[in-house]
Amino acid sequence: MPGTKKKGAQTVVFDNPLVLTAWASIVGPLEGGGPWGQDFDWIMEDYLFGEQTWEKGESKMLRETVKHALNKRNLEPADAELFVAGDLLNQLVSTNFAARELSIPFLGLYGACSTMAESLIVSSMLMDGGFFDRTVAAACSHHYTAERQFRFPTEQGVQKPPSSQWTATAAGAVLLESVGVGPRITAATIGRVVDMGQKDIADMGSAMAPAAVDTIKTHFKDMNLPTDYYDLVVTGDLGKIGMAIAQQLFIKDGVSPRPNYSDCGVLLFDDNQGALSGGSGCGCSACILCGPLLKKMLAGDIKKLLFIATGALMSPLSSFQGESIPGIAHAVVIEN
Amino acid sequence: MLTTPDPANQLKKIEIEDYETLVQQVKPKPPLLKNSFWAFVVGGVICMLAQAIQNYLLSKGAGKTDAASWTSVIMIFLGALLTGIGVYNELGKIAGAGSIVPITGFSNAIVASAMEFKREGYIFGVGARIFSVAGPTLVFGFVIAVLIGAIKVFISS
Amino acid sequence: MISLYMAFLIGGAFCLIGQLIMDLTKPDVTPGHILVGYISVGAILSGLGLYEPLVKIGGAGASIPLSGFGHVLTQGTLKAVEEKGLLGAFSGGVEAAAAGITAAIVFGYLAAVIFNPKE
Repeated sequence: MPGTKKKGAQTVVFDNPLVLTAWASIVGPLEGGGPWGQDFDWIMEDYLFGEQTWEKGESKMLRETVKHALNKRNLEPADAELFVAGDLLNQLVSTNFAARELSIPFLGLYGACSTMAESLIVSSMLMDGGFFDRTVAAACSHHYTAERQFRFPTEQGVQKPPSSQWTATAAGAVLLESVGVGPRITAATIGRVVDMGQKDIADMGSAMAPAAVDTIKTHFKDMNLPTDYYDLVVTGDLGKIGMAIAQQLFIKDGVSPRPNYSDCGVLLFDDNQGALSGGSGCGCSACILCGPLLKKMLAGDIKKLLFIATGALMSPLSSFQGESIPGIAHAVVIEN
Repeated sequence: MLTTPDPANQLKKIEIEDYETLVQQVKPKPPLLKNSFWAFVVGGVICMLAQAIQNYLLSKGAGKTDAASWTSVIMIFLGALLTGIGVYNELGKIAGAGSIVPITGFSNAIVASAMEFKREGYIFGVGARIFSVAGPTLVFGFVIAVLIGAIKVFISS
Repeated sequence: MISLYMAFLIGGAFCLIGQLIMDLTKPDVTPGHILVGYISVGAILSGLGLYEPLVKIGGAGASIPLSGFGHVLTQGTLKAVEEKGLLGAFSGGVEAAAAGITAAIVFGYLAAVIFNPKE
């Protein structure tokens, strides 16, 4: 028997929509210098954030983002009942070490760059299930920690192809409460892993676009909604190339979202910032959501938002073994 | 072995091929002319600099083999230094293969991998990572050279 | 002067070939692949007697690309084989390339210890 809160194939609808009562974002210098710089809570001066290593800097960035979000409601970490988060590094070190300091009961998630949506979905379901009243959902990524785990050392002279993306140094955290004032999460669609055989490790957008389109298509079908229902449909980090491909696939499948479709990876940087195809990483969609997007929802500029974080589920090991790059995308509905 | 074609698999294969076509249409190609030009010029200039060093050493009376060895050592030093002060990777963004193929590129790969892992310690960070690119390169060079030597022994005996 | 000119042309040509390999073949050709490929091809061409003429024409233009390093390994090996037989196959290459290998490791280590990655 399917769950009573489930609708269609992959979508869950919440009986008691969860309220986003506070949120925060901290970003790196490059991200802060981008078009949305003034919408983030804090811009780091350098990539170490006063720590000895990039990994420690990333961990601190996540920890401070969570504290900042709680602070906006005059709360302490001890007031939160559950912390659900993840990052890109092996064994989730950045998140685990942030959770060590925060000392909130913790569930770590790995969804590659789809983590922000995944953490929102897991938190929302646990809250709507009646287990918790106040949780924090978060995600972060750091350019230099990701680069050395997934790609090349910083100082190696490597020419990047136009399809490559810039892993964002950013963290976003959302405080979810079952009662309160703010935008609400009303439904979510859990994505399937979709792999269209792409193998180019310098082109994540093409690997993830089919997963994003699959989830969006399924969402509209499950919810029985017209494709112009949302004010904005925004994908996580497809970048310029992935977004262009997604738009082609939308046309092919007849599900082009209207009136507005965009991508956090395209939004995060200006063309002249050297990010090539755009931003990527968990922090990319997390900071755009917890910065400009939720701000615009609060101001009433956006009333209905479909947020789809996208992840490329590869590792350097799987690439060396000749595996293609599987993609995943989770969708979260946020409404005023 | 199962040999009957699975219709679902066939369909998936066609879908994947169609998708690859779409990706190739949308994805911009690397700027081949520009990249080739800079690779040629930067690579050429690096080799010219090495030749100038070699000529100087020869004019000072160094033997031919010694001059060549000294030139390699000096170029490796320059590659390491330019990597350390953060210049070589900027060069690499423009020059591509022009800064990878010369021996300075070998030096760059060694220093870049080692330096990045300094925070993991001087033994298993720097010491181990120094060989992450240099290791495979030397392995292939040694194996092929020894094989060629063995073939020569075999032929001449 | 002519030696500088030839070094530029031949060295540039070596790098141009590398660039074409990276841009026109599979996207997952990394700098590591290029380095391994060049040293291997250089060693093989040298064994076939095809590399020495390039060094005669191009000077540093042929010896500074990593294929030149493969050439040194092979020539050292072949010379040692003439003198010592099979043992030379094992000792000759490293002997000839010893200066380069040691310089790479020592300078590499020192540079890594002294400098830090920029951001």
